Amino acid sequence: MSAPRTMTAKILAAHGLEELTPGAFGLARVDRVLVNDVSGAVAIRELARMGAERVFDPGRVACVADHFWPAKDARSAEHVARLRAFAEAQGIEAYFEAGATPTAGIEHAVIAEAGLVRPGDLLVGGDSHTCTAGALGALGIGVGSTDLAAAMALGELWLRVPETTAVRFRGTPGPYATGKDLILALLGRIGVDGATYQALELSGPAIDALDVDGRLAVCNMAVEAGAKSGLVAADAATIAWLAPRLEDPSSLAPLAPDDGAAYEHEVEVDVDGMGPLVARPPSPGDVRPVDELGEAVRVDQVYVGNCANGMISDLRQLVDVVGGRRVAPGVRLIVVPATQEVHRQAVAEGLVEALLDAGAMVSPPTCGACFGGHMGVLAAGETAVATTNRNFRGRMGHRDSRVFLANAYVAGAAAVAGELVHPSEVVG
Amino acid sequence: MSAAPIEGRVVRLGDDVDTDVLLPGAYLNVTDPAELGRHLLEGYDPEVAARVQAGDVVVAGRNMGCGSSREHAVLALRARGVQAVVAESFARIFLRNCLNLGLPAVEHPAAARALADGERVRIDLGAGTVEGERGRWELPPQPPFLTELLRDGGLVPWVRRRLHAHDRER
Ligand code: SF4
Repeated sequence: MSAPRTMTAKILAAHGLEELTPGAFGLARVDRVLVNDVSGAVAIRELARMGAERVFDPGRVACVADHFWPAKDARSAEHVARLRAFAEAQGIEAYFEAGATPTAGIEHAVIAEAGLVRPGDLLVGGDSHTCTAGALGALGIGVGSTDLAAAMALGELWLRVPETTAVRFRGTPGPYATGKDLILALLGRIGVDGATYQALELSGPAIDALDVDGRLAVCNMAVEAGAKSGLVAADAATIAWLAPRLEDPSSLAPLAPDDGAAYEHEVEVDVDGMGPLVARPPSPGDVRPVDELGEAVRVDQVYVGNCANGMISDLRQLVDVVGGRRVAPGVRLIVVPATQEVHRQAVAEGLVEALLDAGAMVSPPTCGACFGGHMGVLAAGETAVATTNRNFRGRMGHRDSRVFLANAYVAGAAAVAGELVHPSEVVG
Repeated sequence: MSAAPIEGRVVRLGDDVDTDVLLPGAYLNVTDPAELGRHLLEGYDPEVAARVQAGDVVVAGRNMGCGSSREHAVLALRARGVQAVVAESFARIFLRNCLNLGLPAVEHPAAARALADGERVRIDLGAGTVEGERGRWELPPQPPFLTELLRDGGLVPWVRRRLHAHDRER
């Protein structure tokens, strides 16, 4: 019998990597290549420079218009037009453009919903948050545009085998703590370069108890610790979520590390009784409990959205706090469902109506202001609370604006109170 | 590998320089390298941004290039004529992007800490050395794959060569 293996080792071995010692280089076969309107604009050009006329397999490429979509300006419209034409010319059916295709939205959420991510898959995307796919037990690796072009040309990508780190969460978090808080707790503990080049495998009862939305939030921010990927085991909850989304769910199987698998590093994070957390600008690693900030933080904008925290669970959490209440005077609440499917579900559940009644604005699915692109960009001196993943200097707009990262309960409480407070202060 | 040694003036940056400050998100719908180059480091510090000149070597602390996968940041560095980046450590996607685009990226904590703003630095990748005013440092041997990638001039020519090899096999 072979030695017990981590999930990462199993996936790399299944995709052609022979030498699995950390630091070894090799070529991995990819199951899926994920292209967006920003990385695609450069990648399509590089693909042509490589002399590749066809992508290796049009059935394995997904193209998503999300960053500047709906088009922010003429230049953005041209990039999406080029992406659309590329998908059509190459015969890529997995093309998502809100308003034009049956479903669409932010790439990491939309490919998960569309059943394009399966446990054990190896996925590369021209976006750093491709690690979000780890929520479904897939190895999602973010790369730049030239890598993306190479993966589209060859169906393979050069990889350096990562060190693998077991992250075990101990205990049961308290009220108003979510998947977002688990990953913030880890970031606060190990810092923004605490896992550089590592593959994180996250486990523990607090992870097992999360629904898929919560796991998306956790894996999404693995890159904020510098990690190559963040993976949780694919269990019954994963399979139940995925099965109705696949044409042929019969091949779906759980994925877990073998008992006794050896990790290069192990980290334990005690989250027992933990309340909601906030990451202070300009670092996703500067994490404090929301009620221990030591200063009053008045907010101008509250932004609930992004590839991992604009899911239906986030909108439900938000409405739990703002439903039947009003957004504080002088505060704007911008809500961005991650996908059309989430938006539709939010309408069906009455969440959109409750948000509009509270004074919120509900946007089409887009990356939008998450990266300072459009639809909610901050002015100099403004402060936002956002359920996004980065609060770098100028991330959402002017370089003298500030972003505090938090879960949707905390965001809702900030919208109602006009400042960062513990959700229990608003809900009572 | 026999690339000519690089000599240039150091432009010093801090720790955790993220790709949002290297090239703010508002410019991600730009693909023209020259235009990207004009916005290099705009989110970091306008004074530093204005000082970067062709031939400079950017030296940074820990976690250089963290955050977004935007290759636009490396395109901007190249367009401004930055010859190489030295750092205590790199974020992985930024490092990949440098290697793929053939921009030398040198990870060496001691050298990165010692090199000061404005001094001259000499990087000889062939000999595996970095030399500044206060020291001379040896670089660890490079993995053969990366040597091959740099020798080809980056990932575009590397893939082109592989595609041709595939064609010949058919
Ligand atoms: S929502 Fe934000 S973090 Fe997610 S892919 Fe879009 S820009 Fe990136």
